[in-house]
Amino acid sequence: MQDPFPSHARGPRPQGLTLPRIGLYGLLVVAALFFLLPAYVMIVTSFKSMDEIRAAQIFALPHMLDWSAWSKAWSSACAGVNCTGVSVGFFNSVKITIPATILSVLLGAVTGYALSFWRPPGSKLLFAAITIGGFIPLQIFLFPVVRGTAALGLYNSLAGIVLVHVIFGLPLTTLLFRNYYASIPVELFKAARVDGAGFWRIFVSLMLPLSLPMLIVAGLMQMTGIWNDFLLGLVFAGRDNLPMTVQLNNIVTTTTGQREYNVHMAATVLTAIVPLVAYFVSGRWFVRGITAGSVKG
Amino acid sequence: MADPSAARSPASGPARSGATGRLRLPVAALAALAPAWLIILVVYLGTTVWTVQLSLTNSRMLPSNEFAGLAQYQRLFGTARWSISIHNLVTFGIVYVLGALVVGSLLAIAVDRRVRFESMWRTVFLYPYALSFIVTGLMWQWLMNPEIGIQATMRAAGLGWFTFDWTTRPDMAIYAVSLAGIWQSAGLVMVLMLAGLRGIDADLWRATRIEGIPMWRTYLTIVLPQLGPSLATAFMLLTMGAVRTFDLVVALTNGGPGQSTEVPAKFIMDSLFARQDLGLATAGATVMLVTVMAIAVPILYARDIWARRRSGRL
Repeated sequence: MQDPFPSHARGPRPQGLTLPRIGLYGLLVVAALFFLLPAYVMIVTSFKSMDEIRAAQIFALPHMLDWSAWSKAWSSACAGVNCTGVSVGFFNSVKITIPATILSVLLGAVTGYALSFWRPPGSKLLFAAITIGGFIPLQIFLFPVVRGTAALGLYNSLAGIVLVHVIFGLPLTTLLFRNYYASIPVELFKAARVDGAGFWRIFVSLMLPLSLPMLIVAGLMQMTGIWNDFLLGLVFAGRDNLPMTVQLNNIVTTTTGQREYNVHMAATVLTAIVPLVAYFVSGRWFVRGITAGSVKG
Repeated sequence: MADPSAARSPASGPARSGATGRLRLPVAALAALAPAWLIILVVYLGTTVWTVQLSLTNSRMLPSNEFAGLAQYQRLFGTARWSISIHNLVTFGIVYVLGALVVGSLLAIAVDRRVRFESMWRTVFLYPYALSFIVTGLMWQWLMNPEIGIQATMRAAGLGWFTFDWTTRPDMAIYAVSLAGIWQSAGLVMVLMLAGLRGIDADLWRATRIEGIPMWRTYLTIVLPQLGPSLATAFMLLTMGAVRTFDLVVALTNGGPGQSTEVPAKFIMDSLFARQDLGLATAGATVMLVTVMAIAVPILYARDIWARRRSGRL
């Protein structure tokens, strides 16, 4: 796969430490503050007591590291009468994200492979339809898909929400793999054909090992996308499987009486941790996913 | 992004390539594509047809088959909340898309100018894009909360005039949503623009320096036009995102104060589930679909021509 960023920048070469150069670093620092400040405020506030929060010094560090808001956010914060914290949502999100990511990546890989190398009749039409399909707003699908999953007995179930994620992940994953396979020399495929290998044999022993980078990229994009989803989880997961994002929003918005900002912010940070860790660990792969998948809406 | 299929001549389709010496239908490949066909035909096409069809009936709480022409659309555009939602979306869309494009492009140019710790800056600017809109919305809700947020801090520090209470003001709340959206998406634009900037000939800078052309003019008149495809991609992704905006509003303002941040996607969701008005919901969704397609199809088409022209030249 082509690296979207060559090892060094291509912009104009700097001429020593000039005034514009200082201005440039000034701009970068201001921008970095703008992007980091909200996260900083969230993290420090989650360690403060409510008295400290009311003192209205959001940029100040907490007097002491008080983890009580974190444990409350994790295990006992209330959404209405439901006082389970975000932990239930966390495990629901894990149960949704893992199978949905694996299935949608595999489906995208198989579909992209068939479209790229085998091209049975109708392939062009199918790929065009998948590309266009990626742009259709989810609101169009909701009522019929609710009806459909209900008829199949999958509405408000774990299997239902996983299926829905696989369905709506199809455009992105297919596009990623189809474009990736287009960069693999077709001679490789032809040689395998001459050796007598069939569709699945070539896929499993040749293409899958070759597409390890794209398996990582697509897996990463799907994982963060599914973890961060709110709309589908809200509609299809059902009360017993609500993902973390939905539960977080319920906890924050249904509070009655005093708002415990420290608990709410700890819960928010907890919800953000999984995609953030994925982002910081994967770095470059995440960027590749964005540039490779940017054809989709 | 070049069309990858252009790299391979259409006649080299392996099924007909003669590698096996026989002309036969690749049954396994057809079977492997069956799930994709099923999803496309049943879910994408089938439900779209169903939704559009429902919008042309007199359905209310329950689906009905009685054809009603454009009555639901008349009712939709006669609903004040829908008109307000559209109006809000236009304001939000313009501020959010332009804001993210400008901020993201500036960041890309800054990062591209051989700065130290380039990957650190990039990481900092892009991380919000990995977050859920719910997380982003809640973060900014608290920052703009007049009692505990930035305003309270500044006033406690003696700056009594300082005001940052957009989420509580009907005239400013939509800009609060835009600001949070820009914060989340500027990094995406930076990544796309940076990928474009890296494709620009390094000799350009030496040439313009010799010619004495100022930096800003080089960027504006020479570099920017070359970034057309990157800009088009960023514009399309942002616009699509703007039209679909739902979770960000739910977490940040929940449509308020009053109806000042109601948006069409939320209107449709509320019509569907809270008010159970199927006719309004499906008509609204159809309007959304037409809007999205009117924006996406021409851009997709233009980019396709671009890619073909480029690969034809090479």
